[in-house]
Amino acid sequence: MPDALAAHAEAHGHSHGHAAHHPDLQHHFETLEQQKEASTLGMWIFIIQEVMFFGGLLAAYMLYRIWYPTAWSEGSAELNIQLGGLNTVVLILSSLTMALAVRAAQTGKQKALVGFLIATIALGTVFLVVKGFEYHDKWVLHHVPGLNFQLEEGQVPQIAIFLSLYFALTGLHALHMVIGFVLMSVILWMALRKRFTPEWYTPVEMAGLYWHFVDIVWIFLFPLLYLVDRAHQVQ
Amino acid sequence: MTTTALPKRTYLNHEFGIKSWLLTKDHKRIGLMYLVLVFLAFVLGGIFAAGVRAELTTPAGDLWSSDTYNKLFTMHGIMMVFFVLIPAVPAILGNFVLPLMIGAKDVAFPKINLISWYIFLIGMIVTVSAMVFGGVDTGWTFYVPYSTQASNTNVMVTGIGVFITGFSSILTGVNFMVTVHRMRAPGMTWFRLPLLVWALYATSLVQILGTPVIAITVFMLALERGLGFGIFDPTLGGDPVLFQHLFWFYSHPAVYIMILPPMGVISEVIACFSRKSVFGYSFVAFSSLAIAVFGFVVWAHHLFVAGISPYSAMVFSFLSFAVAIPSAVKTFNWTATMYKGAIWWKSPMFYVFGFMGLFLVGGLTGLFLASLGLDVHLHDTYFVVAHFHYIMVGGAIMGFFAGLHYYWPKITGRMYNDTLGKASAVLVFVGFNLTFFPQFILGYLGMPRRYHAYPPEFQVFNVLSSAGASVLAIGYLLPVLYFTYSIFKGQAAGNNPWGATGLEWTTQSPPLPENFPDQPVVTEEAYDYSKREIKVA
Repeated sequence: MPDALAAHAEAHGHSHGHAAHHPDLQHHFETLEQQKEASTLGMWIFIIQEVMFFGGLLAAYMLYRIWYPTAWSEGSAELNIQLGGLNTVVLILSSLTMALAVRAAQTGKQKALVGFLIATIALGTVFLVVKGFEYHDKWVLHHVPGLNFQLEEGQVPQIAIFLSLYFALTGLHALHMVIGFVLMSVILWMALRKRFTPEWYTPVEMAGLYWHFVDIVWIFLFPLLYLVDRAHQVQ
Repeated sequence: MTTTALPKRTYLNHEFGIKSWLLTKDHKRIGLMYLVLVFLAFVLGGIFAAGVRAELTTPAGDLWSSDTYNKLFTMHGIMMVFFVLIPAVPAILGNFVLPLMIGAKDVAFPKINLISWYIFLIGMIVTVSAMVFGGVDTGWTFYVPYSTQASNTNVMVTGIGVFITGFSSILTGVNFMVTVHRMRAPGMTWFRLPLLVWALYATSLVQILGTPVIAITVFMLALERGLGFGIFDPTLGGDPVLFQHLFWFYSHPAVYIMILPPMGVISEVIACFSRKSVFGYSFVAFSSLAIAVFGFVVWAHHLFVAGISPYSAMVFSFLSFAVAIPSAVKTFNWTATMYKGAIWWKSPMFYVFGFMGLFLVGGLTGLFLASLGLDVHLHDTYFVVAHFHYIMVGGAIMGFFAGLHYYWPKITGRMYNDTLGKASAVLVFVGFNLTFFPQFILGYLGMPRRYHAYPPEFQVFNVLSSAGASVLAIGYLLPVLYFTYSIFKGQAAGNNPWGATGLEWTTQSPPLPENFPDQPVVTEEAYDYSKREIKVA
């Protein structure tokens, strides 16, 4: 959480005259443990609101999928399942490296922490680059609703709704990835300056929670968008 | 009391200069900074309301064009809902007193608290600039397809402003929730919490679960209006009613963001000025949570005439009636608290009595609108306008003023003129009823909302209403004068001018920057007034 990140400046800037304080303990907390519990709870509550945020779009998805099953099936067939599948693997790997980064921070392995953070950022970049190729293909095929959308012969018009939701959902997810990059860069910068110790590494853990959440959103989006009626089409 | 001097070192004077305010992480200063912004929004929203009421004094649409009139009521609604009612009690009073009440040095995330204020500021600047440069005319509800396809006003910019402001509300909710969970003083158990804390907690729940949904709804609206995505567009098979569902999924619970915190304030003030413990403490506490939870399952009562299925309408009607139960629990318990209490007639208590009367009328007329058959007749008439103003202005703003008059001595360390305070409460009460009661009649007789002209036979009620609005304006202006005066010339209040219970009254007024000289320890239940002296004045 940004607040936890910002902890240092504040803790270093003020001198409260309590000699025994950990430098990362903010003045309004009693113990490091209380501070960490607060950050963790805050992050989880923030994730709950994120669920509601995506939930609005998924509600629209649900309604129209029930109304227009053909559009969903045809629209889903237009998506590139190979690239989508590749991205799913990439993101799951990035969650693994993130988890390992948290573990490295916990055990005080500074080099491993930096390495795993760089790996996480690299995998995230791969994801966005692949996503960029997918978006480009959609543009070339005139599949972007509103901007250059053209129906192919025999297609149902509600495919536009499916593709609108596809771009809204994946675009919002990509935006969260970009926010994740900013977060990770700050954490990496702090890790390079050896700011984390086994005693205090809350920001790594909070950034990790966020990263896993963004990953899990994709785990839901992939089958909801790419895998509609695929078995049916194989036959 | 008159001889006590103000304390030497307070949160107001330990640092000086504009930078010490703009970069502060002190919850008390941030609360005051919200007060400044909300006050500006209130003035702006009030000016728009004055424009509406001026037009409606005559049946003909002669003062403004219908387009201008549409913009006026839209901008009145947007300013008042998003920039006054939602932040009023949580962001101003909640920020100020929540950490004090639970014996904490600050909220859990002081920096995020400051960021919330800046987000609010940016959202407000964006929204106000949309209004200054052309305005917006969709109604505060932004209904599609008008907002996506027809309106040629600043829907986009206003939407972005509302979207940004929403995150301020969410972050405040996260902050308060963690604060209540993790920052309570030793001995401050959940069932020793003041009821305002319970109310703020329930409000945070609604802010966290509801606000992201309006954010995503406005996001979809922006994609559709700006890029031409088809989500609500009926020509592509989209459903405009879906927008209404999503919109009200937040905007109905938002009513409870507005009313729950004032309800908490009322519990505090009633206990203090009746010198009695709140009757049925746990019922009042849990009714706050119940309202927050029920509030999420009633939204479709705004859609009874939008073509939803009669079966779901029946369920939503039933659930809407159910919200009346926890609301009634509160009202009855407050009345029972006053019963055989030693009522002390001071300004905050005057506002409480105003709240009780107006909220009761607002709540009961809500039952009319929750009835399926009656709603068809009353939907989109002035009856609805009157109903929600009774809840939002009569309830929420009245409760906010009760809280402001109650905590003013704590905030500034000085007393205001109590006689003028009472006069203002009476003026607001009289002016309010004069403004809005005729609108019940107008609505029942069939005058629709959002038109700038109306049949001549409705004129008498509209003139009454506009006259009442001017009385109301004087009632709201009066506190500006005596509060400002009190800052410079008011008598020093001392730690606890009301003889109230609660940790916030044990520290000096204005409080220290770190709130308490030592970590307070709680040893008694909330509202233990049995040992307090009874005051009569």
